Amino acid sequence: MYTFEFKKVDSVAAAAELLAKTGGRPLAGGQSLIAAMKMRLSQPGTLVDLSGIAELKGIRKEGDAIVIGAMTRHAEVATSREVKSAIPALAALAEGIGDRQVRNMGTLGGALANNDPAACYPAAVLGLGATVHTNKRKIAADEFFKGMYETALAEGELITAVSFPIPKKAAYMKFVQPASRFALVGVFVAQTAGGVRVAVTGAAGSGVFRCKPLEDALGKSFKADAARAVRIDAAGLSNDLHGSPEYRAHLVAVMAARAVAAAG
Amino acid sequence: MGANDQGVIGQPVRRKEDHRFLIGAGQYTDDVNVHGQTYACFLRSPHAHAVIKSIDTAKAKAAPGVVAIFTGADLTGVNGLPCGWLITGTDGKPMNEPPHPVLAQGKVRHVGDQLAIVIAETAVQAKDAAELIDVDYEVLPAVVNCVDALKPGAPQIHEQAPGNKCYTWALGDKAAVDAAFAKAAHVSKLDIVNNRLIPNAIEPRAALASYSRSDDSYTLYVASQNPHVERLLMTAFVLGLPESKVRVIAPDVGGGFGSKIYLYAEETAMVWASKQVNRPIKWAAERSESFLTDAHGRDHVSHVELAMDKDGRFLALRVDTVANMGAYLSTFSTCIPTILYATLLAGQYTTPAIHCEVTASFTNTAPVDAYRGAGRPEATFVVERIVHQAAVDMKMAQDEIRRRNFIHDFPYATPVALTYDTGDYDATLDGAMKTADVAGFAARKAESAKRGMLRGLGYASYIEACGLAPSNIAGALGARAGLFEAGQVRVNPTGSVTVFTGSHSHGQGHETTFAQVVAGRLGIDIENVEVVHGDTGRIPFGMGTYGSRSLSVGGTAIVKALDKVIAKGKKIAAHLLEAAEGDIEFKDGKFTVAGTDRSKAFAEISLAAYVPHNYPLDKLEPGLDETAFYDPTNFTYPAGTHICEVEIDPETGVVKVASFTACDDFGNIINPMIVDGQVHGGVTQGIGQALLENCVYDPESGQLLTGSYMDYAMPRADDVPSFKVETRVTPCTHNPLGAKGCGEAGAIGAPAAMMNAVHDALAEVGVTRIDMPASPHRVWQAIQSARA
Repeated sequence: MYTFEFKKVDSVAAAAELLAKTGGRPLAGGQSLIAAMKMRLSQPGTLVDLSGIAELKGIRKEGDAIVIGAMTRHAEVATSREVKSAIPALAALAEGIGDRQVRNMGTLGGALANNDPAACYPAAVLGLGATVHTNKRKIAADEFFKGMYETALAEGELITAVSFPIPKKAAYMKFVQPASRFALVGVFVAQTAGGVRVAVTGAAGSGVFRCKPLEDALGKSFKADAARAVRIDAAGLSNDLHGSPEYRAHLVAVMAARAVAAAG
Repeated sequence: MGANDQGVIGQPVRRKEDHRFLIGAGQYTDDVNVHGQTYACFLRSPHAHAVIKSIDTAKAKAAPGVVAIFTGADLTGVNGLPCGWLITGTDGKPMNEPPHPVLAQGKVRHVGDQLAIVIAETAVQAKDAAELIDVDYEVLPAVVNCVDALKPGAPQIHEQAPGNKCYTWALGDKAAVDAAFAKAAHVSKLDIVNNRLIPNAIEPRAALASYSRSDDSYTLYVASQNPHVERLLMTAFVLGLPESKVRVIAPDVGGGFGSKIYLYAEETAMVWASKQVNRPIKWAAERSESFLTDAHGRDHVSHVELAMDKDGRFLALRVDTVANMGAYLSTFSTCIPTILYATLLAGQYTTPAIHCEVTASFTNTAPVDAYRGAGRPEATFVVERIVHQAAVDMKMAQDEIRRRNFIHDFPYATPVALTYDTGDYDATLDGAMKTADVAGFAARKAESAKRGMLRGLGYASYIEACGLAPSNIAGALGARAGLFEAGQVRVNPTGSVTVFTGSHSHGQGHETTFAQVVAGRLGIDIENVEVVHGDTGRIPFGMGTYGSRSLSVGGTAIVKALDKVIAKGKKIAAHLLEAAEGDIEFKDGKFTVAGTDRSKAFAEISLAAYVPHNYPLDKLEPGLDETAFYDPTNFTYPAGTHICEVEIDPETGVVKVASFTACDDFGNIINPMIVDGQVHGGVTQGIGQALLENCVYDPESGQLLTGSYMDYAMPRADDVPSFKVETRVTPCTHNPLGAKGCGEAGAIGAPAAMMNAVHDALAEVGVTRIDMPASPHRVWQAIQSARA
């Protein structure tokens, strides 16, 4: 780790101001950033710790949506009564992220801002058609994810909360990469007011994406076999030690089918 | 039975050492701090193969906190790291043994190869300065695969090793094997890859080297499995120092699995540099450095053929193996794919003729050396995979083909140089089959099939050779070190006992097992026995811990020292009891005149030895402190059968270990709880190799692609089932404990049992070959290929 300045703030406004002034990086749960810093792959001059900002925390039901503060830890989402009763698929997804230590530190906002192409949360945000709230605006999920580690967030823009519309049915199925246990392929399937949405993470280097062939098939028949019958194009999917594009393409359909079965 | 009588032997006594580990009071090398210590960082090559055109340290030397920087050019008078075993090739010539410089000289040969040691006031300053060193490399093509390295046109790694060959070596009667194949009714054949593994001890390598100007001596704390071997190699071969001037302390060590046997460049450079800077120097590897520079394991490519008669009796076995040495010869690298591999190819079977040829090659990868099992897992994998295939080919049951070929008469001389002293292979096979409920397998398979799952059963009837010995035979085979062990039993005046052992404990629980041996033999409380190990300043010259040798060799040395203590105690007792020495019996902690109630307690005798007022000073020295060195007459031969049951999801390729049964014969057991733990750990590592772990270098660039836990898959608790572990006992015939060793058995038997189960399950979908690790991706691809 290189040396850096550490600053803790108690409001979003103060954080934004400090980030603008120092050109530093916001620190949420630190589960990716700190690891990268330890390996000297990341070298922020200033870290602005968001953990003391009360307005970024908490889970509440607002109308037909569950709104989760950006600094809410994965473990809190996983165990939240509200989330479990309204969107059990989201609680289950949070329960499956990383290990216990990661879940007790990692945050929703941090995971989304980082947009690791194999992270779980982007699949839920995109699969449920959630809205990302920032200190500047509201961004629809379909506009938020812009590629590997890239998002629609502007310089100094901070996620404050995410509003998840409550679906009719939803489930997330993750096939883990054996070493990291990140998603080799993770598929979030939801029946929403606007139709069936299927979001896939892990499969592509460019990150989470919606899978139209699966959405079309499941829109016609929300059945596991309907998903299983869809042939996913392997073009553009990742190729690494743990899976070829063909394997990932196959797993997308299989995980979608299993998610549909789990959604009931 | 209380804990203070002979009954303590064979009891699951809780580990004495665990308290300090559990409360965080363990003292590992990195926990040791000395006044004025500096910190080292090693500059490592980012390239797999390159000429070093120049190294400019000027900017780095000027960086804050830097004390000194040394490169290969500074190490005048320092030799390269030695290899501890000379292999003589089939051509009668010694192996090619290129230099293994402490810091690179002219060239780097693998990613992570060390070029410079940077010493600074803090670890961060050392690391910052290392980044300022400017190295001009001329990058050369690299080769990482051991077979590719031998091909014409492969990049040449060492001038001293033309064609990248270290040696071609053979064992066995080739003519007899050829003749047996000529008359065989059936021949089974397999191509086998034994995947390369990275050891991953939980404590990374670490060292703290200090120099004392007052007596021109050095003290080295180091995470090592064998401090005396470390000292001998470093002083006599590399630094040219008297051993008496170097004290090596291996304090608590967090696992080794072989990787901490060897003399490494880092601690050697640090000892040398500690005198140059006249300051203590500390270094602890980061995990990334462990991945790049700890000696790796396995990495064999083999072709095996088994000749049988019409009834499935084995006639001959032919094995050709290429073994990867990595870029340099690590301490015991050369004997692993030869002496510790080919000699095990008889397995548990009466195969009358065996021939094995091994070619070892250099590659642009980290050095490869012993890793839990060291040659024996590779041999077992070859034997048990071909036996499985033979049963399939001959349409015989897996147990039947094994039984038909088991050795029954002991001692048994194999055609590959070993003589097994004892064993009962039917007993361990029967035990494993019963516990694994082989009889119920068909029903379980049918139930899996209903759910669309494939179920398979795999056997491995393994044998290993532990307690490598005797020294004179090993010497004739090329060993450059002895293979005895030393034990010292110091009885303190009031009857407590301090045991000094040359064995080193880094997870094995010696402090408990050895204490049980001593407490049991002396009839004293186990709490009154303290076991000291890992410090050349305190223990007699010992060879350390490797090859499951600690109880059978180290324990025996302690027993021999105990025998001397008891013999002397009888003389003292005879004097005190005014009886003839021959009439004194020692039992349950008391010296008694036979047939009377006249006796002296053990502590009375020890007190008399140190307060010799009423003592036969004219005939006997005072004191009660005895040392023994024990050089075994033979290996020990732990053996057993492992049975693994897997369920495979053909849709995803996921292999689930449904059950794993180990029925082992380790000879007599001192602490069954510790033995169970060793089996659990070994089997988990074996399952890791079979399903998860795989070291991968990029074939073009030579970069390590599995350089972190993001890509190198270690087994986790939920990857393995609750093991069914049991033992059968045929005591070893040539050591007084009757012990054979248990540390490696799990890692030796498990990969073959696992992969036989995987092949059994996949046979019904037409898959004939899948290499380790049977990852979901590979299994799925194999199924797709078979269906295509």
